[in-house]
Amino acid sequence: MVSYQIETKNLDVYYHKNHVLKNVDIKIPAKQLTAVIGPSGCGKTTLLKSFNRLLEIQEDIKIKGQILVDGENILDRKASEVPDIRKKMGLLSQKPYPLPMSIRDNIAYGLRIHGTTNKGEIEKTVENCLKEVGLWDEVKGRLHDSASRLSVGQQQRLCLARAIAIQPEVVLCDEPTSALDPLAAQQIEKLLLRLKKDYTVVLVTHTLRQAKRVADHIIFLYFGMVIEQGPADEFFNAPQNPETKAYLSGEIS
Amino acid sequence: MNKRTIEEHIFKILMVASVCIVLGSLIVIFGLVIVNGISSLSLEMITQTPILTPPGNPPGGGILNAIVGSLLLALPATGLASLIGIGISLFLQTDFLPPAISNTIRFMLDVLWGIPSIIYGIFCLMIMIYIGMSSSLIVGIIALTMLEIPIITRCMDESIKMVPIGLREASYSLGSTKFETAVRVVRRQAFPGILAGILLGLGRGIGDAASILFTAGFSNRIPMSIFDSTAALPTMIYNLYSTPLGQSKAFAAAFLLLMIVLVVSVLSRLLTRRFKKHIIK
Repeated sequence: MVSYQIETKNLDVYYHKNHVLKNVDIKIPAKQLTAVIGPSGCGKTTLLKSFNRLLEIQEDIKIKGQILVDGENILDRKASEVPDIRKKMGLLSQKPYPLPMSIRDNIAYGLRIHGTTNKGEIEKTVENCLKEVGLWDEVKGRLHDSASRLSVGQQQRLCLARAIAIQPEVVLCDEPTSALDPLAAQQIEKLLLRLKKDYTVVLVTHTLRQAKRVADHIIFLYFGMVIEQGPADEFFNAPQNPETKAYLSGEIS
Repeated sequence: MNKRTIEEHIFKILMVASVCIVLGSLIVIFGLVIVNGISSLSLEMITQTPILTPPGNPPGGGILNAIVGSLLLALPATGLASLIGIGISLFLQTDFLPPAISNTIRFMLDVLWGIPSIIYGIFCLMIMIYIGMSSSLIVGIIALTMLEIPIITRCMDESIKMVPIGLREASYSLGSTKFETAVRVVRRQAFPGILAGILLGLGRGIGDAASILFTAGFSNRIPMSIFDSTAALPTMIYNLYSTPLGQSKAFAAAFLLLMIVLVVSVLSRLLTRRFKKHIIK
């Protein structure tokens, strides 16, 4: 029996009068890697950002329906509880955005705002998280250097380290490899595969091949609607929906 | 030559001419001030307060009182305006206010920016008289603060608006509150722009005469308390220039004022560079 970490029920999202997500019902299994695929502009990123209520920081957005995280509807939670919802979900964006501070402080920031003051503990977590993403050996001599000096690939791994430092349950990834060179992209993919042992990973991607390589579970979005979802092998080997077949064969994109 | 190359040349000439006008004015202003003031530039200018001289003689002593007055007026005013400005500008962002309201506030700040400084001076003068105070350092500081708030706030606001939304998202997704995001992340990223705004405000404040004319008053002595009236460099320049035989000293005072502004600019440039290293491009 698979347990589901995130579920949406009748989720509708409107942005500037555009109906971006239409009656979306999805289930995201816990401790697996779920890929959200679909052509650009189909609402993948919007769906991802609805999970940690990040959509709300934009103007003129309306959300209807239910988003259940661990069985609780997060849309019912008060504004003051939103930081706690977000803390449960790390975000890896398309372009890495390290915080404007040193490499060390990028990771220490999350710990500090959530109440860790013990210096030794912070140093230990910084080291562990950097090791976890394979960045430690590259940066251990210059932890006080600015994070903006790292290469884009290193920045993306730093962002991942920063996310897991505060021990989330879910890692949300919004096309995290699209700005990276092939080698750096491969590193991130490998990391995501390792992370799914401990975290629920949701990966938005527009490359089918990437989804094939890494995903356990697939959600296929098209024009804001869920066309098909299910385990990856079923999805790729025996698609049910004609639109899925067309997308997989490259007829629509 | 075809039409496009001619266009290209005309625009190049226009641009070079514009730059020459600006740089030329700068050089002419500095030249004028130095040539006219050099004869009065001396150590006593910056170490003595004015000494009364019999009629028919040039004004004696220095302008130490005005230098001290200017710094005592402009520095606290800029500090106050910066504190208020950073509060308003962080609050103006979409995280806190709907754009309809923040844009109205921006418009009002722009109108305030356009109000001539003499109006601020008279406004503060009326309030000062109403509550029974007289021209003093403190009223001058308040007038200058009011003059600088819209300038500093709008500059900070623009530089904060430039902070990419992805950076704010990154901060929020770590579970930061709005306040933590604004103060610990956005403020850091926007810091060079914020500093530029403070500088612009200081430049305006230290050089303004009209707003402090009535509010800070004039005095030949160095102010000893915030309730003493005080001279400042702009009012001193005005006074000296309207005194017979005082013109040369007025230019020397103007030269010192320019130097103060220059030193402040260079120092803050160096300071900005230090803070720039963490900025995410």
